[in-house]
Amino acid sequence: MNHNSESLSAPMAAVTAAPPAQPARPATGKRSLQQRRSRAAWVLVTPALILLAAVAGWPLLRTLFYSFTNAALDTPEEYDFVGLANYLDFADGDKFGVLADPLWWQAVWNTLWFTFASVSLELVFGMLLALLMNQKFRGQGLVRAAILVPWAIPTIVTAKMWGWMFHDQYGVVNDLLTRAGLIAEPLAWIAEPTLSMWAVVIADVWKTVPFMALMLLAALQMIPSDLYEAARVDGATAWQRFRRITLPLIMPAMIVALIFRSMDALRVFDLIYVLTSNSEATISISGYAREQMIAFQEMGTGSAASVLVFMMVAGIAASFLWIGRFNDEGKENKE
Amino acid sequence: MKLTRKQKELGAKFWIYLAALVVSVICVFPFYNAVLTSLRTGQDLFLTSYLPTTFHWDNYVNALVENGVGLSLLNSFIVATVTVGVCLLVSITAAFALARVRFRGRKYILFTILCVSMFPQVAVLSGMFELVRFLGLYDSIGALILSYTTFSLPFTVWVLTTFMRSLPVELEEAAIVDGAGLWVIISKVFAPIMGPSLVTTGLLAFIGAWNEFMFALTFIISTENRTVPVAIGLLQGASQYELPWGNIMAASVVVTVPIIVLVLIFQKRIVSGLTAGAVKG
Amino acid sequence: MAQLTLDKLNKRYGESAQVIKSIDLQVNSGEFIVIVGPSGCGKSTLLRMIAGLEDISGGGMYIDGAYVNDDTPSERGIGMVFQSYALYPHMNVYENMAFGLRLAKLPADEIARRVEESARILQLEPLLKRKPKDLSGGQRQRVAIGRAIAREPKLFLFDEPLSNLDAALRVQMRMEIAALHRRLGSTIIYVTHDQVEAMTLAQRIVVLNRGNIEQVGTPLELYDHPANEFVAQFIGSPKMNLMPATLLTAGATESVVRLWNGKELTVPIPTPASAEGTKVKLGIRPEHIEWGSVADAPYLADVLFVEHMGNETYHYLDSGNLGEPWVVRNPHRSAVAPGDTVGYLLPPEHCHLFDDSGKSFERRGGGAVAMRVPGMDAPAISFAEPMRTNVIH
Repeated sequence: MNHNSESLSAPMAAVTAAPPAQPARPATGKRSLQQRRSRAAWVLVTPALILLAAVAGWPLLRTLFYSFTNAALDTPEEYDFVGLANYLDFADGDKFGVLADPLWWQAVWNTLWFTFASVSLELVFGMLLALLMNQKFRGQGLVRAAILVPWAIPTIVTAKMWGWMFHDQYGVVNDLLTRAGLIAEPLAWIAEPTLSMWAVVIADVWKTVPFMALMLLAALQMIPSDLYEAARVDGATAWQRFRRITLPLIMPAMIVALIFRSMDALRVFDLIYVLTSNSEATISISGYAREQMIAFQEMGTGSAASVLVFMMVAGIAASFLWIGRFNDEGKENKE
Repeated sequence: MKLTRKQKELGAKFWIYLAALVVSVICVFPFYNAVLTSLRTGQDLFLTSYLPTTFHWDNYVNALVENGVGLSLLNSFIVATVTVGVCLLVSITAAFALARVRFRGRKYILFTILCVSMFPQVAVLSGMFELVRFLGLYDSIGALILSYTTFSLPFTVWVLTTFMRSLPVELEEAAIVDGAGLWVIISKVFAPIMGPSLVTTGLLAFIGAWNEFMFALTFIISTENRTVPVAIGLLQGASQYELPWGNIMAASVVVTVPIIVLVLIFQKRIVSGLTAGAVKG
Repeated sequence: MAQLTLDKLNKRYGESAQVIKSIDLQVNSGEFIVIVGPSGCGKSTLLRMIAGLEDISGGGMYIDGAYVNDDTPSERGIGMVFQSYALYPHMNVYENMAFGLRLAKLPADEIARRVEESARILQLEPLLKRKPKDLSGGQRQRVAIGRAIAREPKLFLFDEPLSNLDAALRVQMRMEIAALHRRLGSTIIYVTHDQVEAMTLAQRIVVLNRGNIEQVGTPLELYDHPANEFVAQFIGSPKMNLMPATLLTAGATESVVRLWNGKELTVPIPTPASAEGTKVKLGIRPEHIEWGSVADAPYLADVLFVEHMGNETYHYLDSGNLGEPWVVRNPHRSAVAPGDTVGYLLPPEHCHLFDDSGKSFERRGGGAVAMRVPGMDAPAISFAEPMRTNVIH
């Protein structure tokens, strides 16, 4: 609020002045404006907080709770505490638990690789697309409408559409690649383990580039055009203008978009579940946790995997924030 | 030879239009391909031809009636509408407080809400499963309304908070001077101005709920209670090895068209809503 | 119409930042008070405290003798006009003005009467059905004022109401607000950073700086008898020139100072003997410096720039290494050019004297007072023509 900041900016010199003698304050029994407002604020946020606690906080705690038990999905009331056994357990010289399961580590690797590949491709294509849409040309509205199409299509539909396009025999992708002379034999995009992750990444990139592009475009459009004009007058080349003006100025928005997308990619489930039927080569940590819980009915193990997913995502988010804090330490005083 | 300014400009224009064309084709083609497939039956399905060959509506009839996607559409619509309605109602007051009032704990609440909106759905899955069963909502769309609130509510609160912040402070102060209490400020001054923002936020939350898959897959067993994503995801053909691609594509087109139409109508708002939720966050 | 009393009013944010420091002020019923000060001086905060939009950290505020610290704005009975007008965009002009009255649960006919009355006063009748977005800046401003009037408040508060208007409209609205005050006779507290607005509108001006009141007085009191350097430089444009000097001889009626250039000047300002020998500053307004011939004027200076305003001319004189250039304002066209050397005089009756801490030595009479002699026209002080013939090229 500018009033506050205006008054706050008053020099501190006066602090040394002796506090003025206070006239007796009549007791009116009324609360001050700020008191009234903060009380009302709590009343206003309470419904949302209660609801949030009920649908997010409580289930989260229960998941944590179940991760220490051996409950089964159909009879969750009957359980014994098994400590950390669902996470890692040693018995008869053998290791058990989620952390000892090679499939879990495969899922971790899959998820990290998927996140890294799709988010970096999205960043590159999103940036190109944003730069394109930031140009003035006729038919701009049409392009904007076109790029909203992938964003609007439900993920499941995306998965099915790409599943069909990646079909080994009748798929459009193989057909186009064959016609272009890039491949001699049709590729089994979905069945071949080395290709299936790429199929997932391609479908995901197709669907989410528009989001990235729109974020970056919004940031681009906030850059005043006279900056570019000034740079042109200074003789900067197009690349220099991008590198020295565009990139630094959209960096904050870019980082936010990257965090959003990474968080989203780390919890991927539906695309992989439908496109590649949760195959081992593509299964994500979310998919793994759900499989333990629902398909194998192991509520305890599934919960433990869920907790690990949560901790992993939270850890990555925290490190993003930590890095971000370093980046804008200088700007912190603004808030 | 040095190009004239005009020639350079023309060259640049050429590349821009070419890029725009490529981008548009890539964006729209998969959907176009789905439409093509949905209009073909029998052996035609396996034709890799890029122009419409036949116009059969059988797939649509099959998908909607026999596979129950029609009913799923209704379920999806009810679930998404109720979820969004509840979330908007609760979040408008919360957003006002979070955007407009400086109170102790405000930052922590905002941070918590941001965290919840980002955390993986699977993390609450078993707890939610228990809760759904406890409330007797298992295998009913009530379970979905409850569980969708997990991700819709933080989203609507967050986006509405950013929208509310952008409203001028003096407007609220003018209302205070006029003797309005917080409730009057929210209902008589802010809510009417926020109309467009509410539509945007609601639409985005609606799309989110419409597309949800994991909870819908887990909490619903009966075919007649399925939502659209699950119905499409689990659509099976006569044999396990041959997916009914024609039906699947028809169903896909049916559930996608309303969303695409909505998105195109509210294009500008959606873009502003997306960026309000993220860039300013 | 009401009387407002501020008793040691102060405002702190947290423990350390005190932005309003013990303000004592008495605003009389029907008075037009302008609070003026540089940005960041706390004037908006003070106004918002009076309005009830900002909590009062300490001290008491009384309207007509009643303690109102913890009252809401509407309980205090204030009407406020905001800088951005803050009209409700979804309501038309009529509804904007009626909103507060409806919230106060006034009977419908009373609401209609009041809205129509204030619409009539501000000539808003043809606009009543329009939405704010269909109004011009000046019309919006009028609606904002009308909304305040319709509340029939005890106290009108204006927060920089003219700063969003263009220059021409600002002058017009300034006159309208002045006329409105004459007509309604209400108590008005008006905040601005623009000293011209303050001088033209106020019955009394409160000069605020760093959360303190520097001086309260009528516009001419502030102009003629600024209490300190800050007020002296803040009121009047271009601002007063300050020249370093030493007090040679103190006296009960006049004092002798030695100026920075060694010249001595006797000014009709009493100073206490204790101040003798101390450093002082001699202040003189740009319009009070007179030209002298280069041959025999006591002071000479090089001209740095000349600004021709048409109706008047500002000359910036090189003050050497003493800081900012000195300004001479002349109500005529001037042939003086940058680079010229000019001679000038400092008429003692127009001089001000400030002690080392910036506080002024109280002037007695002084040339400005002569202006108020009945029968004399305002520009009684002779502004000498620049001595063109004596300018050395």
